[in-house]
Amino acid sequence: MVEHAVSQPRDLPVGPTISQGVGTWGMWTVIATEASLFAYLLFSYFYLGAQGSQGWLLEPHPSLKYALPSTAVALISCAFTWWGVRSVLSGRRSTAVLAFSAALLLGVAFVGLEILDWQSKPYQLGTSSYASIYFVTTGLDLVHWLVGIGIFVFLILWTSLGYFSARRSIVVTASALYWYFVTAIWLAIFATFYVSPYLGFGRWQ
Amino acid sequence: MMPEVTTPKIGISGPEHEAKLNELWETKPGILGFFASVDHKEIGIRYIITAFVFLGLGGLEALVMRLQLAGPNLSLLTPSEYNQLFSTHGMTMIFLYAAPILSGFSNYLWPLLLGSRDMAFPRLNALSYWVYLAAGILLYAGFLTGNGPNDGWFNYVPYAERDYNPGLNQDFYSLGMILLGISTTVGAANFVVTAFRTRAPGMSINRVPIMIWGTLTANVANLIVVPAVSLAFFLLWMDRNFGTHFYDPSGGGQVLLWQHLFWIYGHPWVYAIVLPAMGMVSDGLPVFCRRPLVGYALVAFATVATMILGFGVWVHHMFATGLPGLGMSFFSGASFLIVLPSAVSVFAWIATIWHGRPVYRTPFLFFSSMILLFVIGGVSGFMTASVPVDLQLTDTYFVVAHIHYVLIGINVFSVVGGIYFWFPKFTGRMLDERLGKINFWTMFVGFNLAFLPMHLTGLLGMPRRVYTYGAYGGWGPLNLITSIGSFLFAFGLLLLLVNVLKSRKSGDPAGANPWDAYSLEWAVPSPPPPYNFAVIPTVASRHPLWEDRIGEGGIVSTVDRGMLLTEGKQTIGTTAVDAVPDIVLQMAEDSYAPFWLAAGTTIIFVGLLMKSMTLGIIGAVIAALALIAWLWPTVELREREPTHG
Repeated sequence: MVEHAVSQPRDLPVGPTISQGVGTWGMWTVIATEASLFAYLLFSYFYLGAQGSQGWLLEPHPSLKYALPSTAVALISCAFTWWGVRSVLSGRRSTAVLAFSAALLLGVAFVGLEILDWQSKPYQLGTSSYASIYFVTTGLDLVHWLVGIGIFVFLILWTSLGYFSARRSIVVTASALYWYFVTAIWLAIFATFYVSPYLGFGRWQ
Repeated sequence: MMPEVTTPKIGISGPEHEAKLNELWETKPGILGFFASVDHKEIGIRYIITAFVFLGLGGLEALVMRLQLAGPNLSLLTPSEYNQLFSTHGMTMIFLYAAPILSGFSNYLWPLLLGSRDMAFPRLNALSYWVYLAAGILLYAGFLTGNGPNDGWFNYVPYAERDYNPGLNQDFYSLGMILLGISTTVGAANFVVTAFRTRAPGMSINRVPIMIWGTLTANVANLIVVPAVSLAFFLLWMDRNFGTHFYDPSGGGQVLLWQHLFWIYGHPWVYAIVLPAMGMVSDGLPVFCRRPLVGYALVAFATVATMILGFGVWVHHMFATGLPGLGMSFFSGASFLIVLPSAVSVFAWIATIWHGRPVYRTPFLFFSSMILLFVIGGVSGFMTASVPVDLQLTDTYFVVAHIHYVLIGINVFSVVGGIYFWFPKFTGRMLDERLGKINFWTMFVGFNLAFLPMHLTGLLGMPRRVYTYGAYGGWGPLNLITSIGSFLFAFGLLLLLVNVLKSRKSGDPAGANPWDAYSLEWAVPSPPPPYNFAVIPTVASRHPLWEDRIGEGGIVSTVDRGMLLTEGKQTIGTTAVDAVPDIVLQMAEDSYAPFWLAAGTTIIFVGLLMKSMTLGIIGAVIAALALIAWLWPTVELREREPTHG
C-alpha cells in the first residue's frame, strides 16, 4: 500500500507580507550584483595604485572636508529610513512620510556634498588614471544615490496615499534595503579612497 | 474582497477547472499579446529561436573564414575584413548564442521541471529577452555597417583604444556588451529566485533535477561576474570617448587591468555556458539509459565546486603576459584542480550508461557523444593549465581547437540533443528519428574532421587570427581538412533545421511522455497548457514519474491531485531548502512595461553611441515611465492595501 504525498497546506499568506515575499529575494540579487560592480571598481583602484609608479596618488592625504560630513549624512539618512519603516509597520503614516522626507533631503545633501567635493579637486577626469578611477567610482556611486532619491519620492507619495500597512509593506522594506546598501557602498568607497592613503596605500617610494 | 490568508484547496482537475485556469493564464492573441506576453514558455521559445538565428549567422561567418583559410595565400578576404569576421564570429557564438540558448531552454523548462506555473518574476523574464534581442541587433548593426568588433572577442587593449582603433567598432562593441549584460543579469536574478522559491511542495533542494543545479550555479556566477565585463567595457568606452586613462599607460593606466577584468568574468562565463548544458545531459542521459543518474549528490556538488574553483582561475588566460611566477603557480594549480569535479561528472555519466540499458535514440547519441568531446576538450584544457605548456601553445590553433571542443562539444551537442529530447514537449510532435541519426553522424563526423586535426595545426605552430598563411609551414593540408569538416558540420546543422521544419507539422504525435521519462515536465500535456500544471504536484523523490518501478516504497509523488489555486493568477511559493509551502504567490499579468523599458534603455544606448542628448533624453523618459508603470504597487499583486478613499 503506497501512500501518496499531497501537501497539506496550513493557512498561507496570499502575496507578500512585510518583507516576506519574492520581492525581497529580488532585492538581494540586485545587491549581490551591484556590490560586485563596486568590488571590481575598488579592485581597479587598488590594482592601478599597486602597479602605479610614485606619485600615482594625486592626493597623498585626501581632504576629508566634504567626505566626512557626507559619511555622517549617509548614516543619519539610514536612521531616518529605519524610523520610517518602523512607522509604516506600526501604522503611523504621517510619521513615516516625515521620516522618509528627512531621509530624502539627507540624500540630496549627500549628492550636494559630493559635487562640492568634486569641484574642490585640483584634477579632472582625464588628468591621470587616479583621477579617472576616482571620478568614475564616485560618479557611479552618485547614480545609485540618485536612484535612491527617486525611490524615496515615490515611497513618500505612496505612503501618503495610504498604500502601505503593517502587512502590505514589501515595497517599503525592499526600498529601505536598497538605501542601506547604497550607504554601505559609500562606506567602502570612503574607506578606499579617503582612508587607505592615510594607512599608507599608494604612498610607497 | 481580497483574502490575506488562505488555505489552498486540494483537489483533482476537471474541464471546468482547466477552463478557468486557461482564462487566467492565457496570453491574449494577436500582435499586442505578442509584445505583452510574460509566459515563460513563449519567452523560452523566442530565446531558442533567436539564439539559433545567431548560431546560423556565426556559422556563416565561420564558413567564410574557412574558405579564406582552405589553402595558403588565398585572398578572399582582406586582413581588416578577416579581423571583423573572426571577432564577430566569437562575439556571436559566445555571447549571443551559447548563453542565450541555455536561457531559452531554462526559461521554457524550469517551471515545468519545478512543478510551478511560471518563473518568480515573469515580467523580468520578458525584459531579459527584449534586452537580449536589442543588444543582438545593436551589435549586428555595427557589424553590418562595417563597425563590427575587430579585436577578437576578448578585445585586448591597447589595440581597442581610440588611438589604434579610431572607428565606431569598439563603441558598438562596448555599448552592445553592456546592454547585453543587463539582459544576462536580470535573467540571472530571476533564475536564482525561481530556483529557491517556486519549487513544488516536497521538492527539497536534494531532489531538483541536475539541470536546475547547473543553471542555478551558472546564474549565481552571472550575478557576480557580469559586472566585471560590463565595467571593463564601460571603462574602455570612457577611455575612448572621455579621455580617461584606465588602460592608457601614458596617463598611469594599466593595460593588464583590461585582461584582469575581462577574464575575472570570462572564465566563470565559460562555466556559465557549459554547466547548464551538462545539466541537460545529466537529466536526459538517464532517460535513455533507463536508470537514474549514478551519483546524483556527487554530480550536484561537482557542479557547484566547478564554479567555485572557476572563480579562481582567470589568470590562466594571462600566462604569457609576464606575471610573477608565484601568482601563475597558484592559478595553474587551481586550473588543474578543476579536473576533479569535471571528472566526477564524466564518470557519473559513464557509470549511468554502463549500468543502464541504453536505448540508442537520437538524443542519446548527442548526449553520449558530448561525454567524449568534453573529455577531449577537457584534456586540452588541462594541458594548457600548465604554464610551460601554455607558453608553447598560447595564440596557436591548439587553443582554437580547445575552445571549440569545449563550446561545440559541451554546448552545441547537448543543445541539439536537448532539441531532439524536448521538441516533443515544445510542439507535441516527434522529430524524425531516421533524419535525426543522419543529422547526428553528419555533425559528429564533420565536427571532429574540422577540429581534431586543428590540434596538430596548432602544435605545428600556426598562430590563430592570421588572415592567411604561407605554404612553408605545411599547414595547408590540415587547414583544407578543417574547412571540409566545417562545411560538413554546417550541413549537419542544416539537417536539424530541415527536421524541425518538417516535423513541426507532420511529425508523429508525441503524447505527454514519449520517452517514458521521469521528471515533472513529462507529466503535463505536450505542448503544455498556459498554466503548466492544473494542480500543483507534490514531489516525494527525484524521479516523480518513475516511482512505480524504482519502488523505494513509502510515500510517492502526486501529480494529479494537489492545490488548485484558481483565485487569480497564482502559484505556490515554498521554502528555500525543504520546499514547504509558505506563500501563495500572485503572478503578474501580461504587461507592456518590459518591452517599453527595453526599448527606452536601447534608445539611451543608441544615444550614447551617437552622442545624441536628444535620443538619450527620449530613451530615459520612456524607460522611466515604463519603470514607474511596472513598479507601481498594485492590489492584484498584493503589494499594497486597497485605498480607503
